[in-house]
Amino acid sequence: MRVKNIDPLHRTDPIYAAIFVIPTLAVIGFIAFWPLGQTFYNSLFKFALMYPQSKVFIGFSNYGKLFQDSRFMNDLWNTVRFSLWSVGLETLFGMLVALMLNKKFKLRGLVRAAVLIPWAIPTVVSSQMWRWMYNDNYGIVNSLLLSLHILKKPIVWLGFPATAMPAIISVDIWKTTPFMILLLLAGLQMIPEELYEAARIDGANAWQRFWSITFPMIRPTLGIALIFRTLDAMRVFDIVYVMTKGAANTETLSVYNQWTLFTKGFIAPYFGYGSSMSVMIFLIISIFAFFYVKTMKIKLD
Amino acid sequence: MKHKRLRKFFFYIGVAVILIYFLFPFYWAVVSSIRPASELFSSHQSLIPFKIQLNSYIQVFTERPFARNILNSTIVAGSATLLCLVIGSLAGYAIARLKFAGKMLVMLFILSVSMFPQVSILGALFQILRSVKLINTYPGLIIPYIALTIPLTVWTLQNFFRDMPKELEEAAYIDGSGKFSTFLKIVLPLSAPGLVATGLLTFIFSWNEFLFALTFEQLPNMYTVPVAIAMFTGYYVVPWGQIMAASVIVTIPLVVLVLIFQNKIIAGMTAGSVKG
Repeated sequence: MRVKNIDPLHRTDPIYAAIFVIPTLAVIGFIAFWPLGQTFYNSLFKFALMYPQSKVFIGFSNYGKLFQDSRFMNDLWNTVRFSLWSVGLETLFGMLVALMLNKKFKLRGLVRAAVLIPWAIPTVVSSQMWRWMYNDNYGIVNSLLLSLHILKKPIVWLGFPATAMPAIISVDIWKTTPFMILLLLAGLQMIPEELYEAARIDGANAWQRFWSITFPMIRPTLGIALIFRTLDAMRVFDIVYVMTKGAANTETLSVYNQWTLFTKGFIAPYFGYGSSMSVMIFLIISIFAFFYVKTMKIKLD
Repeated sequence: MKHKRLRKFFFYIGVAVILIYFLFPFYWAVVSSIRPASELFSSHQSLIPFKIQLNSYIQVFTERPFARNILNSTIVAGSATLLCLVIGSLAGYAIARLKFAGKMLVMLFILSVSMFPQVSILGALFQILRSVKLINTYPGLIIPYIALTIPLTVWTLQNFFRDMPKELEEAAYIDGSGKFSTFLKIVLPLSAPGLVATGLLTFIFSWNEFLFALTFEQLPNMYTVPVAIAMFTGYYVVPWGQIMAASVIVTIPLVVLVLIFQNKIIAGMTAGSVKG
């Protein structure tokens, strides 16, 4: 019997490959790239969502307006502030817990499962649970702090800029640190034990072992976790929408954009303006992602 | 010896703190959902409930279409997951095993979507869905969810396919089996664990999604669970007991899923990001 194609897996087969790949490309094309293009197109016009027939072409002037919109600039800063604090603290905290979980101990399985649950539940649910705990009259946070005499009067946590943003950040940290922990833990478990043994024989202490072995070995995993988390944080919507709807200077770009498109731009001619904001958010995040991937030197393949 | 014991003691205190931090909000939600309203709306609540009452749970189902909301979420997340696995496994297999021109480009095209801020396509996608009359329908949410979850699906699945031994596929080809039937009869059954892991992630993502659901489903009867829970309001006071009851109801199945499939979920989460 003659065997054709000794190595069929490596044969170039454009038609088969096309059949396998086209459904995915079609879905992405229609649902992601087409709307993205249309968003850009919309951003060149002045019109309301409900009255597309009275569209007026205005070129790039929506973009000019964007930079004079102090609310936009303020929300950009809020988004950056939120992301820096949230990702920074959860990286620190996540690394600490991952290092603990990397040791063998009795309750390890339980802790790992417990950590997964905040990650698995809807963000809306975790936001509501924490909104209730932060409630000024009946919340457990105030009642605990009052009974411990740390506070003299209850605080309206979600009502003031000084406390609302930290409260929102605390919820995000609770919700997303698990992702950090589990990713870093998986990275830690790939580090061969022999490296640590050799370092111990050389007399390196725990701190030295961390900086000379653990950190360099876990850097690629940390890089990817940071990209995922930062991009997520920059897009934050759910937590802010549920906890404050953007009040008390907590509004982020996504919240402002959704409001501009669907509340303000529904019957008033601001849908095009909202679209220019969408494009700008896309650009900010793309530049950021590009920069991140470059500096982290991560290979995607 | 004493030193070592002390260290162990502090280690377990640390473990306890972590457990309390991550689990207390759930405990508090359960406690609040079974507390009578008179106790719930008082400024000093005991950490342990002394009176238990299930009114909030009954009200969630009698005063609101919450059963319908759960059904909506199940249909939407379930269909999105199944379709996403069908479409994504094909692409994942092509990327892992077939050799074709422009693979790198295809990969970039797919992965770049995972970086899209959802809000950037929100307005235009609403217009498109409205023009084909899909607002307030199931497909109006299922189709966008497929697009949102497919990058992750393709990426994790191609990792699973890549890790499978090639020999069986090669043997099938030599026996004259075509690419498609090899994929169906050999590759898919062997990659069942990978499909389950990926499917779980897709399901959890679709079940939890909020921004699209909020924008594309505007009738209370079409709300998904997260939208319903975000929209709970009362005439005079925020119905905290009901909100907590609803939260507990949707958290329980996820806890069960997590406990059963812990390892699979973690494998799916970390696939691709750890190997680098």
